Amino acid sequence: MLDLNASGAALGALVCVALLAAMRRGSALALVYPASATAAVVLGIVDLHVLLGGDVATAHLPIGLPTIGLHLRLDALSAFFGLVVNGGVLAASLYGMGLDRATEMTPRVEPLFALFVAAMNLVLLADDAYAFLFSWELMSLASWALVIARHIDSECRRAAHLYLVMATIGTVALLFAFGGLAGQAGGYAFSTMRNQVPQPLVAALILLAALVGCGSKGGLIPLHAWLPLAHPAAPSHVSALMSGVMTKVAIYCFVRIAFDLLGPPAWWWALPPIVLGVLTAVLGLLYAVLDGDLKRVLAYSTIENVGVIFVALGLALAFRANGQDGAAAVAMAAALLHCLNHSWFKSLLFLGAGAVLHATGRRDLDGLGGLIHRMPRTAAFFLVGALAIAALPPLNGFVSEWLLFQAVMAAPELPQAALHFASPAIGAMLALAAALAAACFVRVYGTVFLGRPRSAEAAAAHEAPLVQQVALGGLAVLCVLGGLLGSVLAWALGPVLAQTVGSALPGDGSGPTPLSLVAFDPERSIYDAPVIALFVLIASLATMLVVHRLSARRTRRGPAWDCGFPDPSPLTQYTASSFAQPLRRVYGTTAFAARETVDMPPPGDGRPARLAVASVDYAWQAFYALPARLVLRLSERLNALQFLTIRRYLGLMFAALVILLSIAALTT
Amino acid sequence: MTGDLVLQFLAQGAQMTMVLLIAPLAVGVVRLVKARLMRRQGPPLLQVYRDLAKLLRKESVIAESASWLFRSAPYLIFALTWVAAALVPSFASGLMFNWAADVVALVALLGAARALLALAGMDVGTSFGGIGSSREMMIATLAEPAMMLIVLTLAIAAGTTRLAGVADFFIAEPWAVRVTLALSLIALVIVALAENARIPVDNPATHLELTMVHEAMILEYSGRHLALVEAASHLKLVLYLSLLICLFAPFGMAPATAGPTGWLAGLVVWAAKLLLGAALLGVWEVSIAKMRVFRLPDFVGVAFVFGFLAILLAFLSRGAMA
Repeated sequence: MLDLNASGAALGALVCVALLAAMRRGSALALVYPASATAAVVLGIVDLHVLLGGDVATAHLPIGLPTIGLHLRLDALSAFFGLVVNGGVLAASLYGMGLDRATEMTPRVEPLFALFVAAMNLVLLADDAYAFLFSWELMSLASWALVIARHIDSECRRAAHLYLVMATIGTVALLFAFGGLAGQAGGYAFSTMRNQVPQPLVAALILLAALVGCGSKGGLIPLHAWLPLAHPAAPSHVSALMSGVMTKVAIYCFVRIAFDLLGPPAWWWALPPIVLGVLTAVLGLLYAVLDGDLKRVLAYSTIENVGVIFVALGLALAFRANGQDGAAAVAMAAALLHCLNHSWFKSLLFLGAGAVLHATGRRDLDGLGGLIHRMPRTAAFFLVGALAIAALPPLNGFVSEWLLFQAVMAAPELPQAALHFASPAIGAMLALAAALAAACFVRVYGTVFLGRPRSAEAAAAHEAPLVQQVALGGLAVLCVLGGLLGSVLAWALGPVLAQTVGSALPGDGSGPTPLSLVAFDPERSIYDAPVIALFVLIASLATMLVVHRLSARRTRRGPAWDCGFPDPSPLTQYTASSFAQPLRRVYGTTAFAARETVDMPPPGDGRPARLAVASVDYAWQAFYALPARLVLRLSERLNALQFLTIRRYLGLMFAALVILLSIAALTT
Repeated sequence: MTGDLVLQFLAQGAQMTMVLLIAPLAVGVVRLVKARLMRRQGPPLLQVYRDLAKLLRKESVIAESASWLFRSAPYLIFALTWVAAALVPSFASGLMFNWAADVVALVALLGAARALLALAGMDVGTSFGGIGSSREMMIATLAEPAMMLIVLTLAIAAGTTRLAGVADFFIAEPWAVRVTLALSLIALVIVALAENARIPVDNPATHLELTMVHEAMILEYSGRHLALVEAASHLKLVLYLSLLICLFAPFGMAPATAGPTGWLAGLVVWAAKLLLGAALLGVWEVSIAKMRVFRLPDFVGVAFVFGFLAILLAFLSRGAMA
């Protein structure tokens, strides 16, 4: 109870600050970030206390709907996601403190930032369908308003419009899911939903609705199209929150419904999340690797990570349905750890992109370059994030990736043919996604921070303010520590795993060293990040010592060699588009029907040669353009109804009445 | 007990030194075999050592636009590859730190080294560096799914992804899942060719050619930095040869409990197999031509298909056994 009081006080304070900032404006706007940072710390401490203490805090307040009231509950699952959310909020708030009050803060952003933070925390606390959907909508609308903050830009308006439509569809789907969960009796408190098990068909429909509701918020293909438009359109620290944190709230919603409220799973529940997740993972990265906008690449990569998390959740469902609790714990731990890790490195990358955008005013990859010389600290922190998101050891992204691969390797032991024959495909697709992620972030880092500046703005860039560097540095340290101490994090997940899949990872002391991460048993597979990191450290230091002792140690700076024909113009560098060209040729021709047309003028003709690339976004055509066309055509048809004579209207009304009456007569 | 521990430490240290010392020799064997088959005299076997020593002594010329990443990457690339190579069981299966990384982690360590090399290739800001990095990462996206399928087959067959465990399994049951094994072997050989930038994927002997991948990335390196990057690529060759030996021809490998004499015998057998593998690579390289970059998906795709067939056969054979 004390826990919930502290959380409630923090959330109340946030809402008050939001109101104050909205009304007083001016200097009150700058209050928002210190207040959010403090609230995040308080909420994070409460979450940590509940997660480690293992007790569940509940409250029932007499506000909200008359018959239900307001149920709040903070259990291990909510507390874990609370930590994910508030870690990201703390970093984004620190970054926000570095914004310039006169030029970079507006009443359109700062008050809503606090509201957005409060809403996300409230979603995690809600323990009845009404409170959940209310805070979910508050979260959607607050983030929508943040996306449209730069409303003079038509791109932003388009993104916000699409986001609003998709958020509405998602909420409607969730409404159906909760309606199904409540059953005929209509118990909207989660505690009643937990106790009643729906019919198999109803359960399947609920799962599908939950997948649509959570998938549309998390960016599961084909519900993804709004995300790469809306996330980058917001100010960078809000993008960090939306991509790094809000997508995790969507995951939380799915976990809450599928692993807590819906009752024991059937094995085939696993198929939709796995199939959609794998598709999302690979396609998301193919979009990312071919895109030329720094923030949009990051948003596409968010889609990929959400896909990976859904694959892990699907595997956990499959294992749990078959009573393989050990494997279910591995898959679930992979999903949860990936949520935590992704919230760290994606926030880091978006905040880093914000620093770049602020320093240069550009986010097109082909206009940047060489920032490692002008922004050394941001560049170093961004490098950590880029290597972590590419799932490279010994950073944190690899820990969850490793656990996921261990879960995939246990999938052949599932009894259902559909699942164990799918396991090699899942493994191969995830490996492809990991390799594409590495390519994608080598491309991003290589063109933004390495090489020579491709524009005057990039050449004149400046380092980010100190407090923003602190935010970036803190996240980078977390990425490193999370990689080295991944086993500790995995054990800390124990209560969440017990709550969701009723099992846990092999505990402390089962591996050869106290910090080895063991998936099933030590004979099967071990990943010991500290030992490997120690070996790499010793090996590189030893190499450095020996090489410096043996070698001449003389170093000379000279012009680039470039096979003897260096060109001083930075335009001769490889650009992001040229980097993506082999990948586009190999994968894009099938996935997006990408075609290159070269216009090469004959000798003597003064025209420049041109290369044009055309591609087709099948997902957009099938799931957005086509329904939009159908709706438009239908509404044009129905438009005729506006111009009828009064006799026709009366006739139509009479017909409607007859039809309704006959339906009533037939059904009763 | 402490004496045992010291011995274990020594064995692990011996492995780290062995892979380091034998790597240039393996490359020398490849070059010599290639030269002889082309009816050239070829460089002496020890030329690779001399080249490395010469590079170490020379001064390093660094481009004006290079950053700290360019200078520190070679050390990290070398260390990552060296540690990865030391984690593959070579002459004995149960070395002290073999357990620290399974195959998945091993592949990821090499992935980290590759990402750093690709970044270093883009650091100076030339077109050659970019072309190499971009193609290297493209080839990795082709090779890694196939590698994952091979790992999955091993996990199904041996029930573990620890290399020492897999080797022990195949020593104990040499006749188990033979067809599966043969298909995985072909897949792994193709992956190894792609990862090591060998013909037909890349030509390690070429310069100033638009098809080069690895050499394009390291074009700006000189002196001690070049020596380290070269040494890392030699180590990677030894790593993949050791991996092939460990998984598909583990006979003669000393078991975990073997003493120094067993290790010595295992060492001789391993070195012989390694050099034989290097010689076979030389024969392969003279008998096939370099492929166009955009035909690589077909070539590495063969590995993918074989990897997939191997898994399906593993499923079927397991079903037959059950």
